[in-house]
Amino acid sequence: MRAAALVAGLLALLLAVAPSHAAAPVRLITDISQNRIDIVYTFKGAELLVFGAIQYPRGSVPDERPGLAVVVRGPAEPITLRKKARVAGIWINTDSVRFESAPGFYAVATSAPIHSLVDERNASIWEIGLDYLQLSPTSSDAARIGEFTRGLIDLRRRSGLWSEQEGRIGLTQNILYQARITLPSAVPVGAYAAEIYLIRHGKIIARATTPITIGKSGFERWVYVAAQTNGLAYGLVAVTLALLAGWLAGLIVPRK
Amino acid sequence: MTLYLPIAELSVNWLVIVALGGLVGFLSGMFGVGGGFLTTPLLIFYGIPPAVAVASSATQITGASVSGALAYWRRGGVDLKMGGVLVAGGIVGAGLGSVVFRWLQELGQIDVAINLVYVVLLGTVGGLMLREAVRTLRRTARGARPARLHAHNPVIAALPWKTRFYKAGLYISPLAPLLLGAVVGMLTVIMGVGGGFILVPAMIYLLGMSANSVVGTSLFQIVFVTAATTILHSVESQTVDIVLAGLLLVGGVIGAQLGVRAAQRLAPAKLRLGLALLVLGVAVRLAVGLALTPAELFSVFGPA
Repeated sequence: MRAAALVAGLLALLLAVAPSHAAAPVRLITDISQNRIDIVYTFKGAELLVFGAIQYPRGSVPDERPGLAVVVRGPAEPITLRKKARVAGIWINTDSVRFESAPGFYAVATSAPIHSLVDERNASIWEIGLDYLQLSPTSSDAARIGEFTRGLIDLRRRSGLWSEQEGRIGLTQNILYQARITLPSAVPVGAYAAEIYLIRHGKIIARATTPITIGKSGFERWVYVAAQTNGLAYGLVAVTLALLAGWLAGLIVPRK
Repeated sequence: MTLYLPIAELSVNWLVIVALGGLVGFLSGMFGVGGGFLTTPLLIFYGIPPAVAVASSATQITGASVSGALAYWRRGGVDLKMGGVLVAGGIVGAGLGSVVFRWLQELGQIDVAINLVYVVLLGTVGGLMLREAVRTLRRTARGARPARLHAHNPVIAALPWKTRFYKAGLYISPLAPLLLGAVVGMLTVIMGVGGGFILVPAMIYLLGMSANSVVGTSLFQIVFVTAATTILHSVESQTVDIVLAGLLLVGGVIGAQLGVRAAQRLAPAKLRLGLALLVLGVAVRLAVGLALTPAELFSVFGPA
């Protein structure tokens, strides 16, 4: 119902705006179901709806299906990936590669398979697709980098933090688009961005960006902030609560 | 049924966590062990980040042990002087432990190190306890008088500044329990355990304490050292999840009371046998885990 209303609203908006830009290039109009995701105690993950319209010059909608990619990414951070090997019968971490900028969350949805949608150069520049993420590994050994990168992608994919959904952008009349991005409950907090790319013959011809903030709110935020800003008081409160709970239970549970 | 944990940053099924706390609390009351050697691995297995599991487990042990400690206190089962010495050592050990913890983290061997220490410690302690418990049970079955538990360790007997611990029934140097407390405090910080599984047997077999004050005094030490550990982790790494610890506690405090009562109905030798089997079981499980090809060859270590 809501999606239908959105589509109707966007169409009306489009009809009103479209004719006035005679020689303007193709533009992307985009919006997102939630610009702020609040993590509260019931948080089980979330689903983002990224949607919008393609605004063609002179309102001339091409017959050809447009190529689109929607990328939602979270804050990047340096991580170390370690690999286990068997040493003297037990498995220990023996080798590691540091990645200077691994996004805490990365999801891409496209209108077609990535390799046929966008050329390698553009995919690398805009980081469209997990294979094109610029993870900045600090190693000179190409084989090792390849192995560790595959390991990292596999690990993050299975945790739901990184994902690739090829051909999963919904298109209506080659104008309206929408993509659903699933965020798992273990999603890191911070400043996110939804990036929408319009692609023709492998090249990016238009793009738009919308910020998203994911943050804890209410009690969860209060606890988190207290732990970060005043560790000592937080620790004392934690101990007091634990002692109190233990003592109370000792009173409540009847002794024979 | 799901609840989002603010520090661990993921949602969990709270019933599972409460049940886990209950089980661990029961063991805590029954054997005088904090049960952390079960909580920490189980939490990590459930998907809680190891650092959060270790820190929050220490907080939960404080609460779970206080009801047990009070129960023993009322029955006169705590040697305050011995407990005080153990706590002093424990706090020094906790400080040292946090240095070692950071060093192992930098090496990237923290998870393997934790597992190895668990296997070696639990295996040794469990094995020794099992041997002793089986012997005692056999002797009792034959109708013979149980052998005196008092150990006469020549090294400990040679230490200076001997003093009398009345309830413990000992005349020994405070250096021995101080050192024991320090070792246990270190383990508390690194592994999120109360250390009862080392304290209890060490007090019996190394120090030769009289059995009726061992469990109470062990719980006394655990309450204070885990409390200090919670504060240390809160200040240093912000990894104490108050919600997670609270959930574990809800189950834990009830379990602990039931455990104390169950313990009163059982013969001490049987209790020791039970604890020995439990400790050995965990050791074997972890050893197998170290030897088997892991499901994940790769692991991510956060921003550093």
